[in-house]
Amino acid sequence: MKKPVIQFQNYSFQYRSQAKPTLHDINLTLYEGEKVLIVGPSGSGKSTLGHCINGLVPFSYKGEVSGSLKIMGEDVRELDIFSLSKKVGTVLQDPDGQFIGLTVAEDIAFALENDCIPQTQMFAKVAEVSKMVEMEHYLDSSLHHLSGGQKQRVSLAGVMVDEVEILLFDEPLANLDPATGKYAIELIDRIQQDTNKTVVIIEHRLEDVLHCPVDRIIVVDNGRIVSDLTPDELLASPVLEECSIREPLYVKAAKYAGCEITAEMQPTHIDSFQVDGCKDQLIDWFEKVDPPLPKVKTESVLELKEITFGYTPKQQTIHGVSFSIEKGEMVSIVGKNGAGKSTLSKLICGFEKPSSGRIYYRGKDISEDTIKERASRIGMVMQNPNQMISKQMIYDEVALGLVIRGVPEAEIKERVWQTLKICGLYPFRNWPISALSFGQKKRVTIASILVLEPEVIILDEPTAGQDFRHYSEIMEFLVELNRQGVTIIMITHDMHLMLEYTPRALVIAGGAKIADDTAVNVLADSKLIIEANLKETSLFELATRVGISEPKEFVNRFIAYDREVRQKWQ
Amino acid sequence: MAVEMLSYIDRQSPIHRLTGVTKLICFLIWSSIAMLTYDTRILVFLFLFSICVFIVSKVKLKEVAFVLLFILLFLMINNLAIYVFSPQEGVKIYGTSHVLFEISERYTITLEQLFYQLNVTLKYFTVIPAAILFIVTTNPSEFAASLNRIGISYRISYSVALALRYIPDIQRDFRNISMSQQARGIDMSRKEKLPKRIKNAASIIVPLILSSLDKIEVISNAMELRGFGKNKKRTWYRARPFQKIDVLTLILFAFILLVSLYVTFVDGNRFYNPFL
Repeated sequence: MKKPVIQFQNYSFQYRSQAKPTLHDINLTLYEGEKVLIVGPSGSGKSTLGHCINGLVPFSYKGEVSGSLKIMGEDVRELDIFSLSKKVGTVLQDPDGQFIGLTVAEDIAFALENDCIPQTQMFAKVAEVSKMVEMEHYLDSSLHHLSGGQKQRVSLAGVMVDEVEILLFDEPLANLDPATGKYAIELIDRIQQDTNKTVVIIEHRLEDVLHCPVDRIIVVDNGRIVSDLTPDELLASPVLEECSIREPLYVKAAKYAGCEITAEMQPTHIDSFQVDGCKDQLIDWFEKVDPPLPKVKTESVLELKEITFGYTPKQQTIHGVSFSIEKGEMVSIVGKNGAGKSTLSKLICGFEKPSSGRIYYRGKDISEDTIKERASRIGMVMQNPNQMISKQMIYDEVALGLVIRGVPEAEIKERVWQTLKICGLYPFRNWPISALSFGQKKRVTIASILVLEPEVIILDEPTAGQDFRHYSEIMEFLVELNRQGVTIIMITHDMHLMLEYTPRALVIAGGAKIADDTAVNVLADSKLIIEANLKETSLFELATRVGISEPKEFVNRFIAYDREVRQKWQ
Repeated sequence: MAVEMLSYIDRQSPIHRLTGVTKLICFLIWSSIAMLTYDTRILVFLFLFSICVFIVSKVKLKEVAFVLLFILLFLMINNLAIYVFSPQEGVKIYGTSHVLFEISERYTITLEQLFYQLNVTLKYFTVIPAAILFIVTTNPSEFAASLNRIGISYRISYSVALALRYIPDIQRDFRNISMSQQARGIDMSRKEKLPKRIKNAASIIVPLILSSLDKIEVISNAMELRGFGKNKKRTWYRARPFQKIDVLTLILFAFILLVSLYVTFVDGNRFYNPFL
């Protein structure tokens, strides 16, 4: 008999500040050495479930608990957050925020310091654990100088020094580029196999997590557990669709083609997926579906010519980048963490001045224009909405840019309401911003830029931290804006996003442009994928395995079809 | 990233090798002397000494130039203010009046006043390089370990260290926020009138506070999850024992303190008077 390590029994939890319980009547048992994935849309309670396991609920986030939760056989009510932290190690979502030490070694040692371990033993332990996560050569590096993937490995090491039994990962993929995310999943898998710890992963990017096997997937929605199945069983069921969690693309494609997915087909991984039975249906579907319409060329709206830039005179961050964006285009800029994507957007907005090169807007040189002058043509939406919001009320926040520009009040009101309607925020117009969810705040910031009616909008990771439904909502909203003539540039890590929404992609690596092609072509180029830390899409493999001769065209048609289906959600 | 002001600069130098406690005590001694005395000889000595220390520390002037200029600006304003509000302070202190030239009766420029203001300026010049040096040569974590050693609770020590460590983070946030707000049309430049600029500044401060509060929540959760605050004591990965160089430095500074106190107060007056 397997030993249960986490046991929820009729467990409910209600945050003190909330009117309704976040978790209802949870019954769930996880066993020793299991690897479990918890998925669910934003606000479903999946993060709260994670907080219950690591003790943040109820020790840091107070509230009403009923039912029981036992960790390693002990009732949580009789423990405290410190003894729980000896059993459950948590790797939080944002690696930047959770670093406490200045250097890698210090951060790994933090838990040991708190346990009053003598210094010499600490040195030994840190050396041992850092080896496990392949960071032994970086012990004295400053955490700020690490890449996203390295940071995550450090935070993993930081909880592993404690000899915990359970490792809890809260959205481990959120801030990583695709290739690094894939590596992170492999690393988690390896550590689990080496140490036989119980692993709990909370994540909504299902296909990416399924890159390595998991034992069970728990689906949470509206504070309840809706299903508790093996991956094969889950993918064969309609649960994911009902909770609007994105299924793996190859599964989705097969479903569109009218194939019935069963657990016996082993749909968990594209390599194990038995497609023979639905080959004909897929080929049929491919031939029936209309190819997407090609875009018509228009005039250039933004052009960069040989832009070079460095934060310090000696170190160049951007090397001679040139490209031209046409009016009404939707373009994504992709590349690994730290490749220079954000720097490029800052240069376009005038936040930084290039050391050489020119920037043209509609053929006019704007290299010497101020930030404010550029802002009326090019709007920039930052990744973290909290870095942009400065008012308490939604209306005031969106109106801010107009008020400053001295627009008459009646016009402000009309434009703000119009924008709020476009952004789906009109019903909340008199709400305080603090009452909104992260995704809604993001929309407020987009609205506050949109209200200025710029012709080009640059968005930094517009869908980071969003579940599939909100992701679709935001993106469809951007498509709608695009249709109305706004040119949209997105900086993103999300390969789905690039493939689905932006016909064209600019690939940046090491501060230089290494490709400027259609998104499908970029993802079909294995050399480019490696160079820019991208990730191939499973659709290609599906098409190849089924025997479709034009896999790129298959991807194109799938995307066009999929988007049409999802538009009906709204 | 771009320039990071007032954050720890890692170098190999004797100053960096001193423990944080030593540096803290020395800095406190240093500033007390500079605050107590108006004796020009001591101030000149301290000033020259601090330049030597600066050179030894291998910190480059341009790494701290911005802060330095900023403080110099304040120094200038201060000097002007002293002159405007108390143009004959020097005469009062030194008891003589050597008139250089007259502007109006009240604002007659005297040698004494110039000398007095020279002393004030010297005081700044002795304290400022020392303060900057202290911040940029002390590794925040090691500093926390040191504070804890001299008996301050580790919770307080750690908060100080965290505060130091977040200086560059907050600067980065500030820059990002200020840029995105400028892009929305909030003008922080001189083109705008002062009251409006102050109001505009609020639109940068609010998001800065909000995003900092977010950070605080995440970091305090992370700390708690890893057992911070569990025991009465904790050990330090970066703790460093006192070495000979620390003891020697402390003795040297104690000596400087005694000598300067003696020189300052031996004639019963904090001022060195060259006019007698």
